[in-house]
Amino acid sequence: MKGCPFLETLLTAEDLKVHFPIKKGLFGRTVGYVYAVDGVSFTLNKGETIGLVGESGCGKTTTGLAVLRLIEPTAGRVRFQDADVSRLSPAGLRRMKRNIQVIFQDPYSSLNPRMTVNQILADPMDIHGLFSGAERQERIAYLLEKVGLSPEQGRRYPHEFSGGQRQRIGIARALTLNPQIVIGDEPVSALDVSIQAQIINLLIDLQQEFGLSYIIIAHDLAVVEHLCDRIFVMYLGKVVESASYKGLYTDPKHPYTKALLSAIPRPDPKGHRQRIVLQGDVPSPIKPPPGCAFHPRCLYRMEGCDGEIPVLKDLGRERKVACYLY
Amino acid sequence: MKGPMHLLQLQNLKTYFFTFEGVAKAVDDVSFYVDKGEVLGVVGESGCGKSVTAQSIMRLIPIPPGKIVDGQILFDSINLVDLPFEDLRLIRGKRIAMIFQEPMTSLNPVYTIGDQISEMFILHEKRPRQESWELAIEMLHKVQIPAPERRVHEYPHQLSGGMRQRAMIAMALACNPEILIADEPSTALDVTIQAQILELMMKLQEDFNTAIMMITHDLGVIAEISKRVVVMYAGKVVEEGSTQAIFEDPKHPYTRGLLKSIPKLGERAIHGRRRLQEIAGIVPSLYELPAGCRFLPRCPDAMEICRQEVPELIDLGDQHSARCYLYERPTRSRALNPV
Repeated sequence: MKGCPFLETLLTAEDLKVHFPIKKGLFGRTVGYVYAVDGVSFTLNKGETIGLVGESGCGKTTTGLAVLRLIEPTAGRVRFQDADVSRLSPAGLRRMKRNIQVIFQDPYSSLNPRMTVNQILADPMDIHGLFSGAERQERIAYLLEKVGLSPEQGRRYPHEFSGGQRQRIGIARALTLNPQIVIGDEPVSALDVSIQAQIINLLIDLQQEFGLSYIIIAHDLAVVEHLCDRIFVMYLGKVVESASYKGLYTDPKHPYTKALLSAIPRPDPKGHRQRIVLQGDVPSPIKPPPGCAFHPRCLYRMEGCDGEIPVLKDLGRERKVACYLY
Repeated sequence: MKGPMHLLQLQNLKTYFFTFEGVAKAVDDVSFYVDKGEVLGVVGESGCGKSVTAQSIMRLIPIPPGKIVDGQILFDSINLVDLPFEDLRLIRGKRIAMIFQEPMTSLNPVYTIGDQISEMFILHEKRPRQESWELAIEMLHKVQIPAPERRVHEYPHQLSGGMRQRAMIAMALACNPEILIADEPSTALDVTIQAQILELMMKLQEDFNTAIMMITHDLGVIAEISKRVVVMYAGKVVEEGSTQAIFEDPKHPYTRGLLKSIPKLGERAIHGRRRLQEIAGIVPSLYELPAGCRFLPRCPDAMEICRQEVPELIDLGDQHSARCYLYERPTRSRALNPV
């Protein structure tokens, strides 16, 4: 896919776990854990886009935030270039964050309503002590233009912009410090259909221009296919399948991936196809089912699926599946 | 639109909101119909007026600031617009039912599911309490809620999102309404749950022969369940036709743009990545609508005439119509917005 034959790994997550304690009673005794993320591993190469997909509660957002230690992981390691992120000092962590920035889902709540766009974009530079004086003004104007706004609009406040424009501001803010990695947490799902395409195109353009690597967290599989090179499908805190976009969409392997893809309503009234309608709800991550967490809803359930937890098995061609069928 | 009687017919409906910032023409001269047992899709982006249209039919518009300023809503030849509230109560909930996007905010948190469903029977059918309670359990069974005898005693917060939406559907269909208005019923749900709810709605629609007016922004949902589609933009119907016609041969530049702007599942994997075609610009504010065609500032096919007057819905045959000057005159004048 990419021209460069030497894939340079930027970020690695190994067996990442985030367990939230459930406290009860007068003394806040821990009575259990929410297994939000339970052993997730992935790598991100330079210039590539990976996608974390799954339904609500599968742990995709928590995974993204744990990479940055915006939520402290319970166990596991994150390596960025040569640094072990989990061991960095607060100052070291801040330095690292220069290279990894986030675009949030809701462009209404992620921009401070009391700051002008100029101030919003200057804030990260203040925190990191970068760019000053005229250089700063120049950079802000440059970034605004890059995301399709005019520098004059920098004097305005967020409420003066539409949802799509606000998301552009969020993207400009993520780019202020010249990061290498941008984590997009549902970057287009709050936007109207006709605006989504604008932002998706913008993300692709910026990636090519600045050589960015993206981690896209989303539930919309069509958007993920369009944006991502490799995709990790999550279910109840675990990766159940990972594959290249080509493999995943032409030949999904895990029964959950199959069901997920077939459940999406398609804008094609003629295309009548076999739909797999899963029964039941996603189980609670407080008490995940034993064995494969998907087995109570699975159409291919076999004996033994409720025993040992299946591990990700390498099927070659960048494909890994956690299922006893393979 | 004369001819055979439609179950529900909107004629030149205008619902405006009078606020400090001015008059927002949320629904501006909207006409369409729903026939008995039919599934009509109403599609559009936020602010296009699709939800206000539904709320106008149910007379749920907050007055003030809102007001139905003109037009008629004929349901079984009764005009709902000026119906006194006592008479409206005999229709609303019983003959026309509605389900909403967010079941958590539309169910009452302090009553059990059973209370809320059985109230429908007590109120509209004057049935005794005990019988209504049993009918409520039966409704929960029909919407495939497991262990309905137990669930009927639970409060909304004890149910998952999908279960709540099922309970909402049970409540809406309790009195066997002739039409169900569904305002983004599956938008807040995960895809696998959405598939369950859509399947359930289609099954119930067949069993009860209820007409459904499905309001959504999701073109996929529309394509899957409706036979006919109404496309709305900035308070007006811009295109109307059979689902097949709308998806295979869209006429209005907005509909065309919308269909081209969504990434399609499996397309990149098979054909490689193509740049998505975007619709430039943003949806106009309802306070500052452009003169002439409301899509004009974003339209790739804009012409001089589009500035002057709002185009009429032009009949293209086969019950397909579009609000665009492209279909009025054979010759096109010079393009305004160079592509």
